[in-house]
Amino acid sequence: MLKQTPLNQKHREANAKLVDFSGWEMPIHYGSQIEEHHAVRRDAGMFDVSHMLPVDIKGEGARAFLRKLVANNVDKLQTTGKALYSCMLHEGGGVVDDLIIYFMTETWFRIVVNAGCADKDIAWMETQRDKYAPGLQILPCHDLAMIAIQGPNAAEKFWQALPGSENETRLMKPFTAIVIGTMFVARTGYTGEDGFEIMLPAKAAPFMWQAMLDAGVKPIGLGARDTLRLEAGMNLFGQDMDEKITPLEAGLAWTVDLKSERDFIGKDALLKLPVTRQLVGLVLQDRGVLRSHQKVFTAQGEGEVTSGTFSPTLNVAIAMARVPVGVSVGDEVEVEIRDRKLKARVVKYPFVRNGKALV
Amino acid sequence: MSIPSDLKYTKSHEWARLEADGSVTVGITDHAQELLGDMVFVENPVVGRTLKAGEECAVVESVKAASDVYAPVAGEVVEANADLESSPDLLNKEPYGGWMFKIKPANAADLAGLMDAAAYEAHVESEAH
Repeated sequence: MLKQTPLNQKHREANAKLVDFSGWEMPIHYGSQIEEHHAVRRDAGMFDVSHMLPVDIKGEGARAFLRKLVANNVDKLQTTGKALYSCMLHEGGGVVDDLIIYFMTETWFRIVVNAGCADKDIAWMETQRDKYAPGLQILPCHDLAMIAIQGPNAAEKFWQALPGSENETRLMKPFTAIVIGTMFVARTGYTGEDGFEIMLPAKAAPFMWQAMLDAGVKPIGLGARDTLRLEAGMNLFGQDMDEKITPLEAGLAWTVDLKSERDFIGKDALLKLPVTRQLVGLVLQDRGVLRSHQKVFTAQGEGEVTSGTFSPTLNVAIAMARVPVGVSVGDEVEVEIRDRKLKARVVKYPFVRNGKALV
Repeated sequence: MSIPSDLKYTKSHEWARLEADGSVTVGITDHAQELLGDMVFVENPVVGRTLKAGEECAVVESVKAASDVYAPVAGEVVEANADLESSPDLLNKEPYGGWMFKIKPANAADLAGLMDAAAYEAHVESEAH
């Protein structure tokens, strides 16, 4: 039996095509994935991301615990509401999950984790808590729904949908969050566009969703969410990195703090393991579509596409690929697609930001 | 879901139409395009290629996934729809107008071995359960 979000009925009303996503019945699209993609790049779209799980870390010593738990440094979080992207590693340096951490108070940090990793993450956090911070509370917020509204007109339409919210949220900087009543509003997202991610009580979610529909925000499925995040050069756990891959080989070195004295789980392994691979962007020069697991041939050796798709914004096939260190931006490589080797160019990602092509 | 009664169908969701000149036009069904979603790339067989019945001969790729297309009957490819290179979405917009390729069948009678509309509809139903 698939789990359903509080917005399941709204998806059915909108004729969504529902699929099994990590055990959740989720909309893959509501008609046309490409039109939904363009709606987010050009106007405003919303995603039901209630399958993702907010987990509150509450109690004395929350910050000290997170210093140990995650690879990025939570000491970068000094103002209320500030958010940080990080990987949570196991001792071997591989990625347990990637997550966003919001600092609210010294006794309350909120972490949002991937749907497919939620059970495993909580078990992992509890094990570490028992070891390093026995008094701390780890509280999964199963009663919260989450809606992401994204696009150049997302903020305007959100304000229209929720009268009174403009004063509170207009000056919010990217990667910050505030609490408005029972809502937790963050200026974050997974598309490369401006917008908000809103966590709110499950019962309120259908009303919020309807208010945004009425304000002209289009519902967007997980299909377009994937093409949008890939254009934006954002990693997907399970594809671009997993428990066998360190963040240093997944294009996430910028999220790992190896400079400070701080000791975190996985740090020893990261310092010892040689980095032999890197994540790069590819743009296919020939006609075709890049897909996960296609082989990549470079002058430095073989690699593999980790995420690939046809980019609706650029009208070409794009990908993230893990290739040997030494492959450089501008290099021409070959990708094996159905027994043929097609030419691709190595580029720096993101491919698209704020509606504009960058490659 | 539209299933025109004047066409023949395969279990792998191709449609086939016998033309007045004896050639067989091939495309993918409305049901197939709906399952696959927005098409972004079509790889058709080259003209002149000889196909066996049921042979993998073309690929359609949507944003979501790649899918093989199989020859409904044996024969030689006599034409491929060049419009699909620039407009693969024709397969979404007009699944029965946006044809893929034409075969000169080795034996026109082979077409009789394919499903009619009613049988195809039952086949789609059975796959849904």
